[in-house]
Amino acid sequence: MATFIDLLLNALVVGILLGGFYAALSIGLSITFGLLDVVNIAHPTILILGAFVAFILNSQLGLDPILAGLIATPVFYGFGWVIYQLYYNSFEKSGETDSLRGLAFFFGLLFIIEVGLIIQFGVDHRLVEAPYIGDSANIVIGEEIDVAIPYRLLVAFVAALIATFAIQLYLTRTFFGRAVRAVAQDMMALRLMGVDPIKVKRIAFALGMATAGVGGALMIIVLPIEPSVGRLYIGNVFAIVVLGGLGSVKGTLYAAVIIGIAESIVATFFGPSWAPAVSFGILLLVLAVRPEGLFGKTAGAH
Amino acid sequence: MKYLFEIVALLLIVAAFVMTQVISNQFVFFVGFVILQYVVMATAWNVLGGYGGYVNFGSAGFLAVGAYTSVALINFLGVGLIEQMIAGGIIAGLLGLGTGYLTLRLRGVYFAIATLALAIILETVVAHWDYVGGAAGTSILPARKPELLGILFVDRKDGVFTNYKEFLFFLMVAVAVLSVWVARWIENSKLGRGLNAIKDSEDAAECMGVPTLRLKLYATTISGVMMGVAGAPLASYLTFIDPLSAFNLEYAVNAIAMPMIGGTITWIGPVIGAILLGGAQQWASLFISSELNLLIVGVLLVVFVIIAPGGIVGWFKKSR
Amino acid sequence: MTRILANRARVWLLGGLMAAAFVLSAPFATPAKAQSGDPIKVGFSMALTGALAGGGQQALLGIQLWAEDVNKSGGLLGRPVELVFYDDQTNPKNVPGIYSKLLDVDKVDLLLSGYGTNLAAPAMPIAIEREMVLMGLFAMDINTKWQYEKYFSILPAGPKPAEGFSQYWFDAVKQYNPKTIAVIAADAEFAQNLKKGAIVNAKKMGLDIVYEENYNPKTPDFTPIIRAANAKKPDLIYIASYPNGSTGLVRALAEVGTDAKAVGGGMVGLQFAGIMAGLGPMLNGILNYDFFVPEPTMNLYPGASELIGRYQAKVKAENLKVDALGYYLVPWSYANADVLGQAVKAVGSLDQDKIAEYIHNNEFTSVVGKIKFGDNGEWVQSRTIIVQYQGITNNDLDQFARAGTRKILAPADIKTGDLQSFNDLRK
Repeated sequence: MATFIDLLLNALVVGILLGGFYAALSIGLSITFGLLDVVNIAHPTILILGAFVAFILNSQLGLDPILAGLIATPVFYGFGWVIYQLYYNSFEKSGETDSLRGLAFFFGLLFIIEVGLIIQFGVDHRLVEAPYIGDSANIVIGEEIDVAIPYRLLVAFVAALIATFAIQLYLTRTFFGRAVRAVAQDMMALRLMGVDPIKVKRIAFALGMATAGVGGALMIIVLPIEPSVGRLYIGNVFAIVVLGGLGSVKGTLYAAVIIGIAESIVATFFGPSWAPAVSFGILLLVLAVRPEGLFGKTAGAH
Repeated sequence: MKYLFEIVALLLIVAAFVMTQVISNQFVFFVGFVILQYVVMATAWNVLGGYGGYVNFGSAGFLAVGAYTSVALINFLGVGLIEQMIAGGIIAGLLGLGTGYLTLRLRGVYFAIATLALAIILETVVAHWDYVGGAAGTSILPARKPELLGILFVDRKDGVFTNYKEFLFFLMVAVAVLSVWVARWIENSKLGRGLNAIKDSEDAAECMGVPTLRLKLYATTISGVMMGVAGAPLASYLTFIDPLSAFNLEYAVNAIAMPMIGGTITWIGPVIGAILLGGAQQWASLFISSELNLLIVGVLLVVFVIIAPGGIVGWFKKSR
Repeated sequence: MTRILANRARVWLLGGLMAAAFVLSAPFATPAKAQSGDPIKVGFSMALTGALAGGGQQALLGIQLWAEDVNKSGGLLGRPVELVFYDDQTNPKNVPGIYSKLLDVDKVDLLLSGYGTNLAAPAMPIAIEREMVLMGLFAMDINTKWQYEKYFSILPAGPKPAEGFSQYWFDAVKQYNPKTIAVIAADAEFAQNLKKGAIVNAKKMGLDIVYEENYNPKTPDFTPIIRAANAKKPDLIYIASYPNGSTGLVRALAEVGTDAKAVGGGMVGLQFAGIMAGLGPMLNGILNYDFFVPEPTMNLYPGASELIGRYQAKVKAENLKVDALGYYLVPWSYANADVLGQAVKAVGSLDQDKIAEYIHNNEFTSVVGKIKFGDNGEWVQSRTIIVQYQGITNNDLDQFARAGTRKILAPADIKTGDLQSFNDLRK
């Protein structure tokens, strides 16, 4: 019994932390895809780009990977700005927005970034060094029950929390943030208010992209990185954003934590190889009951 | 000429048959097989996505269901390729029918993600099914002398085809032509018009008395059958199959990207897209012996999709 | 409204495209016949991008070094050697097309396989159809179904590769008189085969398998798995994993710990320079397979140290973005080509039947030592070595290029260290 409680407690704790990690990977997409309806399938690969920036700053200058990610954030913001401008000129300007066409565009971008990374950094797996990697806080609760909190996951969790709340505050408390949310709902109203919706979208997209700096750093803290790893996570990040409900940044965090806990419990008690089936099964079930996701407000179609 | 399309289609099949008899260079058949498989995938995707507006993001799952149906049949019964393709089509069609019911509740991006989830769940199940190799994958020996209705298909001396790749290529030409014919038929039928109405506004279509659910079920099933039939020969083509290669994301994305590039409104769009993009991918990977091949594929994708925002077909329309 | 092109125009467009495709493919149909004095072409596919590119790029350099050596000493049969290779993108779907291009268009004279089982296996039927010798590189047991007499495998794991792979690992841990074992494996081809072999070996030893689970390759965190395994209190933990899992499991072991006496076995990736350096002291105590390590007894392999030296110098001089050390694959991909080259020289022609017969009947000496192939093309004897990571104190890469960090425990004739229990090495 003690063993069971021990396993359960640990699975819960690690699951919550893992959820934070997933949230950090998905939060940018929650803005670009959730709010702006841009099918940015290259998002995980852009995270890998962020991971490599963290790797370079860490291995060359000895910077902490998170700090490196923060330093890279403005660069990614600028990158997002440029990408959106290109995207807008190519797909949205004509008026008949077809976000699927964007998918093909970002699929191409994914390959371009991936090969760029291969040419610049090679194909080997990369890791970063930081004092919090490979160590954990051990909290003894009772006989044969102790909870180990891996610091690298804790770091990811805290960073994800901070990012989520900062973005949430920005979106709900500032004029500009409210404009971003309005862009998703009513472009016309914005125009009448004298706000240029394109400018708003550009900034929002760049903001989503900027999260790839820290997100990428967290990624390379948690797992080894090589240029093609991003592709593995495309399904996960989209699933989390949809599960949370499009347009809800908070929802993304909650959905990520739900998936994290589910995967961790499954891995502990039922065999880790079923983890993806369970998390996507949850997604299917939720969509069957609440087609708009857990925290989505607009029903049905996009 | 009312039957011009049908005549050209038949001529294409005959031409493919002649090719297998005349051309000794097998390379043509290998490349042809891959590109034609994409023609079928893109056409199948377009029936649901282009006409009906329902985006299937799990095409790889349907293809893999076809492929793994073949593996199971080879292991259980040792049946031939044509039977495998029929069975693969049926099973994937049933799966398509199932996804059709998802459309009752899910639309737009939610439907797309649901199909992706379905593919990932299927992949996990297959990875646990040891009889078809599980996660480790399995080697497949294509039947040495496949036969059906007394016709010996592959044999160096007495067969219709002297080797397996010619047989696979010919079958894939037939499947591709048939798929395109079906897609064209749908486009010109009540079904196609109904799907178009659903794409424009499902609620409005419902109000106008379009039997939306029934049409959507037709579309998902037909699309599923096509993908399953296209996937069935994959096992015999690769001779080694594991979940990672069968459920490859590349299939799912290409199945969307190709109609996007070609144009989604008519049957010819996906065909053009598949030939252009599939051909470019094959060309890059077979003529550039470095990682740059992937870069070229990426640049082509971006350029295609930017210069032809309505697809190549839409681009033609503009320049006329 | 949807009539974008008139019906007839559309059909012509389709016809035109088809015709264009045929015209484009026409040049492939009439390649020139090879003549003596022309180079001997050696063709293969290689994973230069995608998940296995880390190994593939290393393997490619090994083969290129071989070609360099052969051409320096006058080539094969008096003809220079030319390599023809394409990137398979770690996607099996590309492999049949590549081999067809190699044979039908490039008209290569000799074939090597790509790197890894699922990229080597799709080349098999083409090789069989054309009756070509196929040299497999790290492909696990792909000839059992085909029983092709001209296939030879460079994978030092014995006639039953899956079992041979972990044979010495289980020999090494016997000294602990273990009773129970936990088995963790990645949900992917190579790891699953290793797992099957390990379970056979464990049962032979009478071990009780108390935990057996697979993990999905994209699992980001492995602490729940180690916890669940620990809960069954195994004496041993056998792990068959890919680079991502290997790294994650080593970290999880550092974070959660274990009481098992021996941990490791089939962890792919811990041999790679970047991963070794990144994990550093966390590796201490891990008992894992390897193919080549810079221990003094490895000098039994003639020319290997020089080859590694040349590889490392080349990587540094040309600033190549590949594995800095090259122990894992370079000697093997070199040997793969070398065996074929030696056979061609001995036979004196490119006659594939004679080459295959010669490879079957003779023992080879190459940079990986003595190689003898059995009937199924696998090695007669397993030479997978078992190493234990010991005395690693920092994340410096250079220490792994020197003897001492990876002590060889088995096979006995090249042993350089003694097994210590996992926790003894982690204080």
